[in-house]
Amino acid sequence: MNRLKAMNRTTRTNYLTYILVIAAYVILEVMLKGGGLKAATKGMLVPICAYIVMALSLNLTVGVMGELSLGHAGFMSVGAFTGTAATMCLVDAVPNTAVRLCIGIIVGAIAAAIVGFLIGIPVLRLRGDYLAIVTLAFGEIIKSLVGNVYMGVDQGHLKFSMFTNELNMSPEGKIIIEGAMGIRSIPKIATFTAGFVLIMISLIVIFHMVGSRSGRAIMAVRDNYIAAESIGIPAFRYKITAFTISAAMAGAAGALFGNNYSSLIASKFNIDTSILILVFVVLGGQGNMLGSIIAAAALTILPEALRSFADYRMLMYAVILIAVMLVSNNQKIKDILKNAAEKRTGKKLAEGGASDE
Amino acid sequence: MSFLNYLVSGLSLGSVYAIIALGYTMVYGIAKMLNFAHGDVIMVGAYICFFAFTRYGLNPFLSVVLAMLVCTCLGIVIEKLAYKPLRAAPSLAVLITAIGVSYLLQNLALLFWSSNPKVFNPIIPNKSINIGGLTVSYITILAIVVCVAIMIVLTTFINKTKLGKAMRAVSEDKGAAQLMGIDVNTTISVTFAIGSGLAAIAGVLLCSAYPNLTPTTGSMPGIKAFTAAVFGGIGSIPGAFLGGLLLGIIENLAKAYISTQISDAIVFGVLIIVLLVKPAGLLGKPTREKV
Repeated sequence: MNRLKAMNRTTRTNYLTYILVIAAYVILEVMLKGGGLKAATKGMLVPICAYIVMALSLNLTVGVMGELSLGHAGFMSVGAFTGTAATMCLVDAVPNTAVRLCIGIIVGAIAAAIVGFLIGIPVLRLRGDYLAIVTLAFGEIIKSLVGNVYMGVDQGHLKFSMFTNELNMSPEGKIIIEGAMGIRSIPKIATFTAGFVLIMISLIVIFHMVGSRSGRAIMAVRDNYIAAESIGIPAFRYKITAFTISAAMAGAAGALFGNNYSSLIASKFNIDTSILILVFVVLGGQGNMLGSIIAAAALTILPEALRSFADYRMLMYAVILIAVMLVSNNQKIKDILKNAAEKRTGKKLAEGGASDE
Repeated sequence: MSFLNYLVSGLSLGSVYAIIALGYTMVYGIAKMLNFAHGDVIMVGAYICFFAFTRYGLNPFLSVVLAMLVCTCLGIVIEKLAYKPLRAAPSLAVLITAIGVSYLLQNLALLFWSSNPKVFNPIIPNKSINIGGLTVSYITILAIVVCVAIMIVLTTFINKTKLGKAMRAVSEDKGAAQLMGIDVNTTISVTFAIGSGLAAIAGVLLCSAYPNLTPTTGSMPGIKAFTAAVFGGIGSIPGAFLGGLLLGIIENLAKAYISTQISDAIVFGVLIIVLLVKPAGLLGKPTREKV
């Protein structure tokens, strides 16, 4: 208990996040084994994990780095397509599904990281709303390009073509990505456990990064760009590192997501998906990883939970979204919460003083 | 089709983008917010005009006026209910609220008018004339004429009237404007009203050219017009005009000569290149940061 008190607040929050995620995993896994989950809920576990990782990844960009990205679905798309294509190519070479999924996720993460790095070079030179609109533009470009890729495996060779199907496959060959039709008959090897592991890895990476020298540098750049540069922090280099890591995580999430469905199309990863993830981050609180996790899980379940409202469910979703933003930014409510918090800490201080004597 | 034909139809599409972009740029200039719901106001305007004109056989001119009135009121109501309480909030909170409003409008439209596409009858006869070997449809001419007219009226309004002056003052410095006795809230409301009224016109023009009306009709043109506003320099009215026209032309030429599938990618690619060379857009003023 004393050691817990001696830790600083950030460390305590980090451990709390780990513990809550592990607890949620154990509970859900027990319910899964016991059959206490509805089929609809079961099917949502992996997408929820993927969205949580997406939210964590975007929170690194938006919350920690302080730059608004509206094209995060693009990285997810790159990861989903490369990761799923990789697992499909390796069906015969790697019979173990867990290992194959792992390879797929790594491939997706690397591909997205490369794309993220290349995009980051021009994008991160811009600032504010201009940066946001350029990420949006890149997201749309990725969507258009991915929707025009044709890829196939033919006698151990990979064949690519863009825009038109010019693969010239032999009869034994297998088409994997087929332009706007995307990838079909995916074996669906993603598991809830893999999703959980991915969330834990993302959390570890983010917490270590935020607590490290580079994390502090990135936050310094976020809080005051000019001051940070003037004390010799190479802002651009730190930013591009964070952006690449963020893209890699989004790619990993995409690979997990892609391997969970039987078919995958490029137009799924459009601006709406990017915005959906941004909503998770803002509702959960910028820079607050636990908040992102809760918001991503809650908002993915919410449309399902509102199913009884039938036609009104997306309407309810919109109303809830607006209401939450209005309430959480209401000055009166903020004042009340602040007063309450002050009272509580005030009491704590008084108690602490008493016990010291 | 010749190059000139593509150019003229691009100009017409660009005029519609320019009208939408004006709404974005005015709201951004004055309230410093990305109004993501703007595209959906276009959709509402188009639906109102559709019902008034196609269903109830109202005079086309009256239908457009009615659509403008409804959208103007809608714009003011949205601003009062959703954005005004957030004036002091961080910009991301406002952005998310705007996205919420966008979802709300789309889903209300879905409930009232269902997702079945409505076939929008053009508000003017669907004929074309021949100018020196160039076939141009009436709608194309109408879009270009309306856009130029709006541009002239709006520029005069901003530069010559008292309210226009107030708008410029508020967009420069809200606090100082208030100290000078300008009613900031009214000015912002007027801006939203004008932007939304223009959105209704844009909706009618857009659906006259592409007569397929669904609850999500407005989103992609909305995003593209927003791109156009940034392209020309967000906050600048001539910039929105120029950006919209260029965007429409680039999109149409890319569709004609390169590939229809990646015309959007080309449009966004050009935007990225422009922003990298001129980070504040074509006509935007570069801002200096003070320490």
